[in-house]
Amino acid sequence: MNLPLAISETATATAVLFYALALMCAGSAVVVVVSRNIVRTAVALMFSLVGVAGLYFLLNAEFLAAVQLVVYAGGTLILMIFGVMLTSRSPTSRFEPSKSEVVVAVSIGVVLMVSLTAALLHWTRRNPPQSAPLTGEHPYAVAELGKALLGDYLVPFELASVLLLSVMIGAAYLAKGRRDLP
Amino acid sequence: MYLAHAHLATADQLIGRTLLDFLNLPDSLVARSLFGVVVAAGVFVPTALLIAMLGIWWERKVAGHIQSRPGPNRVGPMGLLQSLADGIKLITKEDLRPAGADKLLFKLAPYLVFAPVFAVFIALPFGPDFVFEPRLSAGVFWILAMMSLEVVGVILAGWSSNNKWSVYGAMREACQMVSYEIPLGLSIIVGVMAAGTLNMVELGHLQQGGIHTWLIFQNPFAMLAFGVYFIASLASNKRAPFDLPESDSELVAGYHTEYSGMRFAFFYFAEYIAMFVIGGIQAGLFLGGWNDPFGIIGFLDARWRPVWQADPTFANAWPLMLLNIAGAGIFAIKCILVIFVQMWVRWTLPRPRIDQVLYTCIKVLLPLGCVLLLGAALWQLLIPPMPGVPWVDYNPYLPSDWSDKGSLGAYVAQMILANIGGAVVGTIVFWIFHARALDPTRRHKKRLTDPEPILT
Repeated sequence: MNLPLAISETATATAVLFYALALMCAGSAVVVVVSRNIVRTAVALMFSLVGVAGLYFLLNAEFLAAVQLVVYAGGTLILMIFGVMLTSRSPTSRFEPSKSEVVVAVSIGVVLMVSLTAALLHWTRRNPPQSAPLTGEHPYAVAELGKALLGDYLVPFELASVLLLSVMIGAAYLAKGRRDLP
Repeated sequence: MYLAHAHLATADQLIGRTLLDFLNLPDSLVARSLFGVVVAAGVFVPTALLIAMLGIWWERKVAGHIQSRPGPNRVGPMGLLQSLADGIKLITKEDLRPAGADKLLFKLAPYLVFAPVFAVFIALPFGPDFVFEPRLSAGVFWILAMMSLEVVGVILAGWSSNNKWSVYGAMREACQMVSYEIPLGLSIIVGVMAAGTLNMVELGHLQQGGIHTWLIFQNPFAMLAFGVYFIASLASNKRAPFDLPESDSELVAGYHTEYSGMRFAFFYFAEYIAMFVIGGIQAGLFLGGWNDPFGIIGFLDARWRPVWQADPTFANAWPLMLLNIAGAGIFAIKCILVIFVQMWVRWTLPRPRIDQVLYTCIKVLLPLGCVLLLGAALWQLLIPPMPGVPWVDYNPYLPSDWSDKGSLGAYVAQMILANIGGAVVGTIVFWIFHARALDPTRRHKKRLTDPEPILT
């Protein structure tokens, strides 16, 4: 009764879920690029981020998935929509990129994609993918993460937080300076 | 209290496993997935809808009594079926859409609000085994993530309606969210820090040794953090006094002004289910989860669970099942009490302006949250908390067990705090009943609005 599930069965389920989530990420990402409506772009971005969170869940990185949802889908995205609402001239503002912008963006995108794909192929050829235990249980992954962040990687962690603090102070300073203007 | 306890690590799937065994089904992925779908569709959806309908009825009753009127009392006994009647009305209502609205987003928004709130039920611990996914190691964080996703739906609803009131509601929701989210997280961290785990089931097991092991009484900072969390959670659920996004005296109905019929009902349902969920977080994280104040459920759980684990059959599972049902009742009572306080606050306090809300969250609650975090960390450093699970590793009522691990200070402090907390709650309850008893007109008063029997 309490035998672990058959490996092939779990692997199939994982594959199905992976392709579904990957389709969700990639499809929404395409919508982000193609859509002209700025708020619809933001919504598509949210689905893309949620899809990435789902992929993290599939890798048993539950904490990372939750952080992805809180920080990106919940926090950053809302700040973006908020910024769009505050700054756009009309609520139905649309992207109208000029031809030169399209050319530059497409060429950057192509170069980035080619180089990333080449790097990935090269890397997988040198380190062939091992059958990692994708279905194992890590009930205390959060504790391990905390120990790593405040133990082995304490200095980078603290440096990053100091950087964020200085960014925050700078933003507050800029916002405060703006108030004196007419 | 850091645990990597085999007892807890395997405390999963009592219900699923034994039911599959009982029905003589093979334990395969398909069976487990089917079981999950059946539970989600057959248990959680009706539970959520029942919570929403009863919550709406109760809100109107509480509002009525606070305003000295009877509230709904025509449909069904005590007006209990009023929500059902309203639901039928909403289903049959026309689904309107403004001409200038963004069609896709307007239709999508209610689902984006409702689905995350419903997804929280995956992690809510109704009992030691009445949890949909007990191994979710980031349980508290998962709930927070889902609650913050809900905001996206609200903002989209306001924006896509193409209505000034709606957009104002959405903008208020956005800036309110940016301000309350941080104190909310900080206050939760204080509770989590006292426990050392994010898993809702482990949190429940850690608090199973009676009221003095509840996390709210771990240290004085956790008590204050509970208060901070309560205030921030009101803002997160757009409940009065922080209902700025839908403040009906200024913005008609705020972000859902343009919604009608079932789409409006989705927003309404989401709000009441979120009230229950917030009650669930407070109960599960601070108020002992499914445990009773004396630790009886925890004691029996620690006795019976090893028996079932040694031989996981249906015959050994039923005592634990009964325990789960009792625990679910206690959990629901705690949630309902928190919901009642939310309603009480809503119908008592006036609504602040949006800048006052931001001031409260950023300039008062945020520094307070930081101080509480520091204070709780120092407290744990100076007065080491008791490691291990109550009733499993130690007897929570025996001071000698605590002093063996060098945690006698924690025992004394937690006992004092628990007594203070109990005394405060007792005083409030006594005061309410005392005021009722002193006021003889209250029971016999014939109100102008009391219903007359309908003559035919």
